Amino acid sequence: MYDPTVARLTYRALLGRRRALILGALPLLLLVIAVAVRGLSGADDQTAADVLGGFALATMVPIIGVIAGTGAIGPEIDDGSVVYLLSKPVKRPTIIFTKLIVAIAVTMVFSAVPTMIAGLVLNGNGQQIAVAYTVAALVGSIAYAALFLLLGTVSRHAVVFGLVYALIWEALFGSLVPGARTLSVQQWSLAVAQKVADGNLVTSDVGLPTATVLLVAVTVLATWYAGQKLRSLTLAGEE
Amino acid sequence: MSTLSLDHVSRWFGNVVAVNDITMTIGPGVTGLLGPNGAGKSTLINMMGGFLAPSTGTVTLDGQPVWRNEAIYRHIGIVPEREAMYDFLTGREFVLANAELHGLGAEAARKALATVEMEYAQDRRIATYSKGMRQRVKMASALVHDPSLLLLDEPFNGMDPRQRMQLMDLLRRMGDEGRTVLFSSHILEEVEQLAWHIEVVVAGRHAASGDYRRIRRLMTDRPHRYLVRSSDDRALAAALIADPSTSGIEVDLAEGALRVQAVDFGRFTALLPRVARDHGIRLLTVSPSDESLESVFSYLVAA
Repeated sequence: MYDPTVARLTYRALLGRRRALILGALPLLLLVIAVAVRGLSGADDQTAADVLGGFALATMVPIIGVIAGTGAIGPEIDDGSVVYLLSKPVKRPTIIFTKLIVAIAVTMVFSAVPTMIAGLVLNGNGQQIAVAYTVAALVGSIAYAALFLLLGTVSRHAVVFGLVYALIWEALFGSLVPGARTLSVQQWSLAVAQKVADGNLVTSDVGLPTATVLLVAVTVLATWYAGQKLRSLTLAGEE
Repeated sequence: MSTLSLDHVSRWFGNVVAVNDITMTIGPGVTGLLGPNGAGKSTLINMMGGFLAPSTGTVTLDGQPVWRNEAIYRHIGIVPEREAMYDFLTGREFVLANAELHGLGAEAARKALATVEMEYAQDRRIATYSKGMRQRVKMASALVHDPSLLLLDEPFNGMDPRQRMQLMDLLRRMGDEGRTVLFSSHILEEVEQLAWHIEVVVAGRHAASGDYRRIRRLMTDRPHRYLVRSSDDRALAAALIADPSTSGIEVDLAEGALRVQAVDFGRFTALLPRVARDHGIRLLTVSPSDESLESVFSYLVAA
């Protein structure tokens, strides 16, 4: 199910210079914000929860997910170089699964690690807030990577659609339409975080059982469907 | 030894028919797929390579379907037309990755790079390669698993004459070794230098198939039409029609020119300047009026 060569090619494509810079920018910003907030207002659990919930989980994780998830396959399909993977006796679902693992790993490293560090800087993990949001980032990384990897196989404009989902659906609709929050990776991740954190600073609109089922279902279905799409991927010629 | 068979294959995109009911069999040796741009060659090659499903009909390699059959790639090597190819890798890394995806190792990659004579640049990044170097590394990646069928989409595009000759030698060798090699091209000269067997596709249809000499004759024996303007059109017309290489002349008053139909192309092109000089006529315009590739091919369709 996992092909080390596909993984190596995907890592190198994802962590190439320009993309690595973009991937690194938001975590850096988070750390700068964390240091600044801590320096200006001292350690405060509520502030820590606000920064990690409002910026790290709501904005940074999905955007990193978009970049890693779509970037793991989208550019290859766009420029046609995916033909070198497809013209091999390697099962297409294996290619997708491998790319998913890479996208998850990259999303986790670039989102969960800085979330943890930022949380420690903000309030030294008081009320388990740093750990809770780190777990949320880890869980979210899996679902986002799967979702955006699928998007990368079905659309040439995967990045745009990904950003629209991440920023407009999750952030905007989520705050305006309560129902939209049920269908939000962010809320599912928060349900897991709520379980981890002490106190009541981390809350989710979705119950843990529902969140778990939805997280697993979205990840599995998106990956399966991406594999199917790749099996019948049409490489249009120059004509 | 492998045989690629297309059986009543059609492919349409929306209501545009790109490939129209083509049946052909490609056996060992070098076969040229010839046709003007937009004739459906790439669509055909994509279907042969399993990257596009035929709308109707079947494509099989030694009886095995090509579409949705990853195992078939043990026997197929593909050289795509598009340039993109993991530019951030070195040539060696790229060919090695291709070898690994076939379950092979560094030795197979080394041999393939040697076959295309790219060892000297194998440690440079592909981004720094010239068009010809890219083409050779693509070849190496397609040869790494010793396939019995090699598909190349417009492999000579953009290559300089020396690179072209090298690649032709290589493909010829592959054909001599008993592989089935199919390459597409829109340039007749390219195809006839290399292929023993030619398949011609025009406007999505299978226009001709067979030995290149026969097809060449069909293409050159057709009447050629020229538009000629001179200092004395009528005197020139009279002198030209006396020669058997000219089969008809029309004085086009609106254009102020002669429309000449020649049957013997070689003889006519030598005759025209000589006749003009002998009669003291100045030639102002000589332009072939139907030399575009499409019209050349249309003779084949009619034939």
